[in-house]
This record gives sequence, structure tokens and C-alpha cells, in this order.
Amino acid sequence: MAGAGGGNDVQWCFSQVKGAIDDDVAEADIISTVEFNHSGELLATGDKGGRVVIFQQEPESKNQPQCRGEYNVYSTFQSHEPEFDYLKSLEIEEKINKIRWLPQKNAAQFLLSTNDKTIKLWKISERDKRPEGYNLKEEDGRYRDPNTVTTLRVPVFRPMDLMVEASPRRVFANAHTYHINSISVNSDCETYLSADDLRINLWHLEITDRSFNIVDIKPANMEELTEVITAAEFHPNQCNTFVYSSSKGTIRLCDMRASALCDQHSKMFEEPEDPNNRSFFSEIISSISDVKFSHSGRYMMTRDYLSVKIWDLNMETRPVETYQVHEYLRSKLCSLYENDCIFDKFECCWNGNDSVVMTGSYNNFFRMFDRGYRQDVTLEASRENSKPRSVLKPRKVCTGGKRKKDEISVDSLDFNKKILHTAWHPLDNIIAVATTNNLYIFQDKLN
Amino acid sequence: CCDIRSLEVEDKVISPEKAEEAKLKARYPNLGHKPGGSDLLRKRLQKGQKYFDSGDYNMAKAKIKNKQLPTAAPEKTEITGDHIPTPQDLPQRKPSLVASKLAG
Repeated sequence: MAGAGGGNDVQWCFSQVKGAIDDDVAEADIISTVEFNHSGELLATGDKGGRVVIFQQEPESKNQPQCRGEYNVYSTFQSHEPEFDYLKSLEIEEKINKIRWLPQKNAAQFLLSTNDKTIKLWKISERDKRPEGYNLKEEDGRYRDPNTVTTLRVPVFRPMDLMVEASPRRVFANAHTYHINSISVNSDCETYLSADDLRINLWHLEITDRSFNIVDIKPANMEELTEVITAAEFHPNQCNTFVYSSSKGTIRLCDMRASALCDQHSKMFEEPEDPNNRSFFSEIISSISDVKFSHSGRYMMTRDYLSVKIWDLNMETRPVETYQVHEYLRSKLCSLYENDCIFDKFECCWNGNDSVVMTGSYNNFFRMFDRGYRQDVTLEASRENSKPRSVLKPRKVCTGGKRKKDEISVDSLDFNKKILHTAWHPLDNIIAVATTNNLYIFQDKLN
Repeated sequence: CCDIRSLEVEDKVISPEKAEEAKLKARYPNLGHKPGGSDLLRKRLQKGQKYFDSGDYNMAKAKIKNKQLPTAAPEKTEITGDHIPTPQDLPQRKPSLVASKLAG
């Protein structure tokens, strides 16, 4: 079957791969987040070493009108650094948990990046001209002897090689006792939320010394703790609405107009479970690792360990669609618990028109589900399929019985090769897929 | 939908998930009876904790008071119990000075 993704005739091709080829992966190089900006022109990655790399799409060249522009490095900077909280004996990792772009308002680009404790607003701006002809300074910056100045001239701007500068404009710190898992910019473009395991805070982008707590699920007695917040997101166009997911598989939708503290949800989305099927693993695998609204705002998607679910915001009782990502892992849960893989947090994403959803799996496989055509496909991000514009061949996992040629058996899957982070261009069929330390860019085949 | 045959073998057919649970309980008989509950969650909340709390610190201080103070720097790997960590002992985590390989 041809690759699913916006029609049943879409074929995905390799475009680019970024990162080192060697197998010896330094911890700092582990990619921890991937995000396109609102136009898709920029693609940001964050890593465990606290660094952000931004790629920019080259404009389509006139020579090759059938090819979309490549993504090349635009800017890179150290966003967060490791810290030690002496008071709590807590090591604060510099790993970038999430990056979220602000919609563009002027020539500069802005993004929010966060580690476990601190959110920062970064401004990325271009400089392509510089003033020359100062009266009191030489071209290299040294001050001239005022006695040598005999004439006055007006400095002029002259073109220079493009320089992209990243500067931290705001630091939002000291508002989270627990580890931040999500940030989400409001559609009002003035506020954003940050969520940790037990609390969600609302910030104004201009104000760093204050934030409002809008959700607090910390029990008075920590012995009674039964669930934590796993992800949160603002609605794409209703600025009063946000959702947060939990480790128990529930999603709560809150309306900030209802009260200052949104501990009482407006809607609670939960799929009923058959009590006969309950096992030790049930709650762990029902924990939601990601929640994303559709671009339309009508639906939301959740990712739990084995599946992706689409929910209609108008129906709380069960999802409208459920897609199995790797159901064959259900009979491997014991070993996946022992090697901690059962706690892996996979993300998910929508394509631009909400017709296809994508998520990662193991063995560097990733999956796409076409909601309209009811088709799904498994593709692989690997250097072996990295000839320019080569079409990706669908992969198949053999779940039992005789293994066909080209299939891979469940026991041969490499659980160290996990694709946790994927992103889809907001307008085009271009996807960014992060393996442990490499970033793959795939595009659909243009004829 | 049930047919007579599947009803007969119902007792013997265990879901793959329950089979995995049985495997786990066989390997770890003392595994907590609250699946996915407080223990797991609290472990998650405590990620990054390098040292135990001040109780541990005071216990260690009390023990050392009765011994001679060590002259050599204690091994950096001993971080709890008898050893009192000081800021100087903490492994200095420096930010990566190397640029990301994605930008290379």
C-alpha cells in the first residue's frame, strides 16, 4: 500500500538527515523536542544538552521547481544550562523539554523553550546591514582621537553578510516545584501556560515575576497521590479553553471563564474500561503521553503507550477513533516494564488539514493514520533509505507465525531506537522525524 | 460474539496482558499491590534528587562526630549515608561547550 498521508496516493521520500552518523551517541546530542513554526519556514530542535538548533527552509529554486526547498541551519544557541538547587538537593537538567513558537508579528521570530524548571523567551532576529562611517569611531570600533576629527559625515547603513542573532528576552523562573512537561501559547498571543506534574500556571509573555496558578491537583497528603498531569495545551482559537491529560488516561477540559482556579473541569474525557481486562499494566499503559488539538479545534488527539485516540470535544464518553500503534507489544509488557520502555513518552501530531495523524514507535519506525481513507502505514527513519528522493518502503512487523520476506519479527525490534518526537509542516506534506540523535526530513513525492 | 466452543475454553484463554502480568508477578512476588500508584508516581516526582533530606544529613553528621574527620577527599560516588555532601564535592555539571552535531 502506498504511504498514507493526505490521500491514498501519497508516497513519502527521503529529503534530508541531520546529525552525526556514528553510533556512539553522546547524551547531550539526544534530541528532546522538534517543532515547526506557524509558517513551516523554520524548524526548531532542542536536545538534552540544552541546545536549540533552528533550520530554515530555502526558497524554492527556479532550477528545480519540482523540489521543495531544503532545510539548512539558521541559528543555534545554548538555551538552558545545568543547575543545582542546593536547598532541595535537586539536579536540574538542561534538557529542553518543549519548544513552542509564537506567531510572527514583526521581522523577528520568537520562541519559548523550557527545561524542567525554567521557561525562556528567545528572540531570533536577522541583521543584514550595519552602520558605517561613524565620526568618533574607526571601522573596527576603536575610538578616534577627537582632535583628528575635522569633518562631519552622516553614517550610512551598508549591506553585510546575514547574521542571525538569538537573545533571551524573558526568563520565567521559580514557578514550578515539579518538572515542567508542557508549555502552550494562547491564541490571544499574550499569555501562555506551563504545566508540571501537579500544577498548571498561566503567564503573561511580558511579565516574568508573577504567574497565576490555574490548576492544582496536589493532594494535601502526598500519600494519597493517585495521578499526575502529563500534558496540557490551549485550544487553538478559544482563548479561554485548555485541556490537560493525566497518568490515568483522562483528559480534562477547563474554561478559564468559569473560575480563577480551574480545579473543577468543564468536561472530562475518559474511555470506560472493562474491569475484567484490568491488569497490573492497565493504568501504566493508559497514561497519556501527549495531547494535541486538531488545527480546526473540533477534535483532540491523545497518545498512550499502545494507541492514538481521536476525541470529539462534544463527546466525553469515548474517543471517536482509535488507532493501534504497535498492538503486538501487548504480549511483551513484562519485559517492557523491566527495561523501563513502558514509560517512554511518545508524542503525536496532526497534518495541516487534520486528515492524517502521525506518531513514533520503536526500531526507528513511525506510523501514519489516514483518517479519511482508513489506511495506515509504517515507515522507517534509517540511513539505509537515505538516497535523495528515494521513496520510503512501507515496513511490516510480523506478529506470529511465518515471517514473510521483508517483515521484521517483534523480537528483532530494537527498543533503543525509539522515535518519540515527530512534527508535521503546518501547510505542506513535509515531516520532521527525530531518532535518538538524528533529525530526518521527509517529503511527499511531487510528480 | 460467543460460540459454544469459546465458552468452554474461556477459563483457559488469558488475555496477553494478563499473561504478562502473571510473568511479572512470578519474577517479582513482592511487587506492590497498587498498580501504577503512589510508588511509581512518587519516584517520578523525585527525579533529579541527588541526596536525601536533612534527616540523612544529620544522621551522617552524628556518625562522623564520633570519628576522626577524614583528611582525604571522600570518594565522589558515595553520596548518601555516611557521607556529607558539600558544594565542593558535587560533580560540576558544565554546559556543553560543543555545538550541536545537528548544526554541523
